[in-house]
Amino acid sequence: MDELTNVYIQESREQLAEMEAGLLRLEQNPEDGDNIDAIFRAAHTIKGGSGVIECAFIEQFTHRVENILDALRNGEASVSGALATLLLECCDHMGRLIDVLAAQQPEPEAQLVEHGNALTRRLQVFLDQTAGTAAGSANLTVQEDEGTVESSGGGVVDTDAWHISIRFGPNVLRGGTDPLSFIRFLGSLGEIIGIETIADAIPSAEEMDPESCYLGFEIRLQTKSSKSDIERIFDFVREDCDLRILSPQSKVSDYVRLIQELPEDTLRLGEMLVRCGALTQTEIDQGLRDQKQTTEVSGEETPPPLGEILVGNKVVHPEIVEAAVTRQTQVVEKKAREAQLVRVHADKLDQLIDLIGELVIAGASANLLALKSRNGELVEATSVLSRLVESIRDSALQLRMVQIGDTFTRFNRVVRDVSKDLGKEIELAISGADTELDKSVVEKIGDPLMHLVRNSLDHGIEPVEQRLARGKPACGRVSLNAFHDSGSIVIQVSDDGGGLNREKIRAKAIERELIQPTDSLSDAEVINLIFEPGFSTVDQVSKLSGRGVGMDVVRRNIQALRGTVEVTSAEGQGTTFTIRLPLTLAIIDGFLVGVGKASYVIPLDAVVECIEHKNLAGDRNFLNLRGEALPFIRLRELFEVEGSPPARESIVVVQFGGQRAGIVVDQLMGEFQTVIKPLGRLFSNLRGISGSTILGSGEVALILDVAALVNIVTRSEEEHLLPNRNSASPQLAYTGNSTFVSSGR
Amino acid sequence: MTTTQTLCLAKDMTIYNALDQKQELLDALSSSDDVELDLSQVGEIDTAGLQLLILMKKEAQRAGKRVVIVAHSQPVRSLIDFCNLAADLGDPLVIPASEAN
Repeated sequence: MDELTNVYIQESREQLAEMEAGLLRLEQNPEDGDNIDAIFRAAHTIKGGSGVIECAFIEQFTHRVENILDALRNGEASVSGALATLLLECCDHMGRLIDVLAAQQPEPEAQLVEHGNALTRRLQVFLDQTAGTAAGSANLTVQEDEGTVESSGGGVVDTDAWHISIRFGPNVLRGGTDPLSFIRFLGSLGEIIGIETIADAIPSAEEMDPESCYLGFEIRLQTKSSKSDIERIFDFVREDCDLRILSPQSKVSDYVRLIQELPEDTLRLGEMLVRCGALTQTEIDQGLRDQKQTTEVSGEETPPPLGEILVGNKVVHPEIVEAAVTRQTQVVEKKAREAQLVRVHADKLDQLIDLIGELVIAGASANLLALKSRNGELVEATSVLSRLVESIRDSALQLRMVQIGDTFTRFNRVVRDVSKDLGKEIELAISGADTELDKSVVEKIGDPLMHLVRNSLDHGIEPVEQRLARGKPACGRVSLNAFHDSGSIVIQVSDDGGGLNREKIRAKAIERELIQPTDSLSDAEVINLIFEPGFSTVDQVSKLSGRGVGMDVVRRNIQALRGTVEVTSAEGQGTTFTIRLPLTLAIIDGFLVGVGKASYVIPLDAVVECIEHKNLAGDRNFLNLRGEALPFIRLRELFEVEGSPPARESIVVVQFGGQRAGIVVDQLMGEFQTVIKPLGRLFSNLRGISGSTILGSGEVALILDVAALVNIVTRSEEEHLLPNRNSASPQLAYTGNSTFVSSGR
Repeated sequence: MTTTQTLCLAKDMTIYNALDQKQELLDALSSSDDVELDLSQVGEIDTAGLQLLILMKKEAQRAGKRVVIVAHSQPVRSLIDFCNLAADLGDPLVIPASEAN
């Protein structure tokens, strides 16, 4: 696929997301003209781009969508729930068409084409309605008048060139740049079909500083380049100039806004715009005629400026002009921010991370050799080097970090659609959207999250009557929350719905033979049974969820990311799903320990403290740590390492998900930067090991899976202490057992 | 005082000479009602130079005097042409036969 198409696909997806967000806002606030403009612009950009890359099927469909959006924009059609839903469906369809393009198929499949046609027919119905109302409400003469107003208010100026309006700041020349060279360079993008030099700002001779720049230009440029391409040319002087760019299809009102915003006299500027071909004389004349009339009526000496006339004529509402100005500054700010970003191919980043992984290993090896050589200076040099490598590693990993906000906001649409389908009133609350996590994790967390959110919407939130009967507000609430917690990221999906019914789950689990009727399980264990394969308690299978596949898939997906998922629930009050994920999948800070001849790495984030203990003999599996019982496990026993333990063993206290446990090892070897190498398939059933790494000496060390170890420890302790438990199990016995149950099966 | 003074700028009309040239040009304007500028020796002109030309025209208009550019070098001519200022400056531009097409 060529570069252009790639860029188009990427940009279109962004535009689509913007369009969708706009449509969702539109439902809340149908009168927001700027929002409608933004939606129209997004659709228009997609259409324009499809024309450039000659993708006819996207262009055709988007054109139809654009028609109805244009009608909305001109106030010919009004926003209704049905129309918003239809437009959102069109949005989805455009997304699928872009997928077709991305898959490099020449044409969409017949089914998709048929779907597109169906949407078109529905769009046509809306368009016919708008045409009908327009014709019905107006007689011939009035219609003619309407036509004129439209052409100067909402219509599109009939030229196909960009309009660039630039005023250079006084310091541009002193900065060593020649503004004219930028203007000349514009010619490389396309053809400059008109240019006007604005020299009004030159003061009188005494005040004029020949080294200051006072010039501005109004330029018409015919080009196929994008707005950002044009902006890029002025990057060097961006901070020192006032740049305005109007796209080829800008409305007359956009030009009016331009005229008003620029410092020069409006009439003179209007004249300039006509001269460089931005506006036609007729368009200006309309304003001028009105201006004359006003002067005659009011008898004022000085005619009000053109912009005011247009405002007075109700073509542009004053508040719209004002809002538009605010909006435009926002756009400018956003563009400026965007300009600070560099798009990098994900493959390049991955390659960089791989290389840094190798660098870390090589650095560790050099460090080791330096220590062996006992050469002080060499040791010092290598330690400086490894500190730098560490910083490089951190910043490289930072490059892959993305905010989870985008993933969260996608659910606005899901919540809207699903609550409409179900006839429930549900709002989505998002917090912690700026929490960052690894890009690869973000990509894979979308599906499990979708399942959980849908589950909350479908099963969690009760129907309105039931909610009111329970004394809750009619509008249900689903919240998404994210935060960092000791080296992992925690994502929570919660609802204020009915909660999980323990007895129902228990009965179902017994029916499905997941547990025996005699098993005594804690409340937490019972509700976490919903993650078992083939488990579903809803009596009625709905189209959203409830097919009994879901929850176990959710857990498998999350475990594949080295994460865990748990559920807590208070009956009648709501349910919270908590997902814990490692921050990154590539390189971690590790703590190196030794047992026998082998080395193991414990993720440093999980390590709380290290204690020395001499008298660990006996079969006791817990010790008293400052008044608290700390269960522990001997790695030597767990991995069946040969040989006898040394006289002095150490205990590494680790923490995971609120649980603490001790790991008994022979020796502590200190911190170690760990490049995680995945284990092969052969080891996929291995418990307690999450990966491997290469030490500086070239030896392999295994990375301990703290989550699994903590579970093993607490579980065995539980069995040991409570052979016949009842439901009132002590706090020690409760574990985050979801991982255990699955791996134990 | 109706003497016509002809000022021939020999240096490039760039930012480096702008300060000196402004003085030079304004001196010429204050000492005479009718200034003719010969720019045929100007090898290079940038935004600063262009501004000076516009300034001269404005000042002349304000004082009721006359400033005419009687000869353009090729760079000056192409710049004025590019900026679409020929009409504003109002000087006859002589297009050499070699460049006419």
